[in-house]
Amino acid sequence: MVEKIKCTIVGSGNIGTDLMYKLLRSEVLEPAIMVGIDPASSGLALAKKQGLKIIDNGVEGLAEFKNDSAIIFEATSANAHIKNAPIFKEWGKKVVDLTPAAVGPFLIPAVNLELLESANVDNVNMVTCGGQATVPIVRAISNVIPVEYAEIVSSVSGKSAGPGTRQNIDEFTETTAHALREIGRAKQSKTIIILNPADPPILMRNTVYVKISEYSEKIYSEIGESLNNMVEILQSYVPGYRLKSQPVMKKNLITIQIEVEGMGDFLPKYAGNLDIITAAAVKTAEMMAQQMSMEEC
Amino acid sequence: MTKKIIINDVTLRDGMHAISHQYSVGQIAQLTKVLDESGVDIIEATHGDGLGGSSIQYGFSKETEDDIIRTAVENSNNAKVGVLLVPGIGTIDHLKNANQLGAQTVRVATHCSEADVSKQHIQAGVKLGMDTVGFLMMSHRTSPENLLEEAKKMESYGAQTIYVVDSAGALTMEGVRRRIRLFKENLTSAKVGFHAHNNLSLGVANSIVAIEEGADRIDASLAGMGAGAGNASLEQLVAVMNKLDIQHSVDLYKTMDAADYLMKPMMKRPVQIDRLSLMLGYTGVYSSFLLFAERAGEEYGVDARDILVKLAEMNAVGGQEDWIIGVAQELAKQKV
Repeated sequence: MVEKIKCTIVGSGNIGTDLMYKLLRSEVLEPAIMVGIDPASSGLALAKKQGLKIIDNGVEGLAEFKNDSAIIFEATSANAHIKNAPIFKEWGKKVVDLTPAAVGPFLIPAVNLELLESANVDNVNMVTCGGQATVPIVRAISNVIPVEYAEIVSSVSGKSAGPGTRQNIDEFTETTAHALREIGRAKQSKTIIILNPADPPILMRNTVYVKISEYSEKIYSEIGESLNNMVEILQSYVPGYRLKSQPVMKKNLITIQIEVEGMGDFLPKYAGNLDIITAAAVKTAEMMAQQMSMEEC
Repeated sequence: MTKKIIINDVTLRDGMHAISHQYSVGQIAQLTKVLDESGVDIIEATHGDGLGGSSIQYGFSKETEDDIIRTAVENSNNAKVGVLLVPGIGTIDHLKNANQLGAQTVRVATHCSEADVSKQHIQAGVKLGMDTVGFLMMSHRTSPENLLEEAKKMESYGAQTIYVVDSAGALTMEGVRRRIRLFKENLTSAKVGFHAHNNLSLGVANSIVAIEEGADRIDASLAGMGAGAGNASLEQLVAVMNKLDIQHSVDLYKTMDAADYLMKPMMKRPVQIDRLSLMLGYTGVYSSFLLFAERAGEEYGVDARDILVKLAEMNAVGGQEDWIIGVAQELAKQKV
């Protein structure tokens, strides 16, 4: 049996805790350490229960145990990761960054997992939850026909948006819009995020509007096929990902509505926004782990 | 009453919804001039959904954001020019740009229960030296007590004025009274404002109730030009304030003339209480959904009122225009 690659989760909030549950199910990864800054945090308590090593004084405290894991997940805030990234680099760790810091290149497993094959990539950025849900859709269309403009509207339940998201809402919109251009290959882009406090909470909903350079029945049918393929790839690592209705294609405007139901690992199923980014991070780290085992052979 | 009420005109911002964001710079210049001459204190001018609002989701503006703000600034001698900023739609970079173009007031808007997303933006407004206002939309959706807690957050971030915003025109007089009274009794130093929609024909009445409870700022627009059945109409509000001896700086005749001779001829769809705008107030749905629901109803052959009822059931909040088509599609499916 191949030994699992050990991982550290930095951040004990919603994202970090959800990530832990997903890593516990992985066949190649093992969550070994969780780092927090609040000894009373419920995330750390849950991690302890699952047998992880707990560090409650931040990355400072992790230094002593830096050799106990090979992959670090950053699930704190953009500002924190900007400070932590050089430290992790010095330690020679592979880093999966779930904040909108974008220190490393964007990685969306459904689109550019091959980025990891490049030897010098040791820190990758998971964009945002909205980006993980919508950028692949835009890319599926730009694979068929040039995209002049992509606009996405992400609605998430108020309960699933923790303080990190709420205090960095500009970073969310700017990072997502950037990824729509860089990875989605739209010439121009815009992102809108809406927090909906409805109770019972809403499932994560995304609307993607794409303006294409030209249109015909043939182009529409190719886009339809490309979208179906992309949704299948996404569903392979985010089972609750689905189109809410058939794509609407009118002249050069394509409108796609997506719903993401979570797996209910930490927060209930409405928090699909949490799942899609943690699932993408696990998928990415599993690929990193496979490469590490190959290098050892 | 001796206190002078500050009038924040929204003809050029909320009014944008009623014209699908299609004011030309010529119209913006004309409207700004007459509003400034009439004596209003603040003229808000941006896309209806605020800075960065020009989009497929809400409709593209005819003019660029820069041209809208610049035109208002250039044509206003006395009134301050204001902008609306909804975090999640617009960003602090948009705000800095607006401030450089000459905007002096910013209203940072969130849904009534989500004030904590406004922290960075309110702090940015204060840091820029702007007159910074917290704007709690859809205030009918939460209790007066909860609304006060959200207002306190905005005050703690540095907002100098906090608004009760009746985005759906769904509040009746007692609802306005309780909310404004709680704000006045419990906020430390922040001034209090009220923004009405006339969907239940209470725009002016609710604004007067707010003033009776001590509100310092009131929103209004020429001929009520705004989303849904419009806002409190400026000329009607001024007439009533005059009769009640409430102090303000606005000239009645000038606003009457501007409403009838300039504003009304510009309207594409009459801003009025009709079956749809009444339904907005009745069900408590965000007023700018009006034109979107009307179009979706026609396109999918369903009663737009049913769309609004469904959106109210789903608890759609301001800005969720993308839900409307989905609801219309579902209703059409059920009909078959």
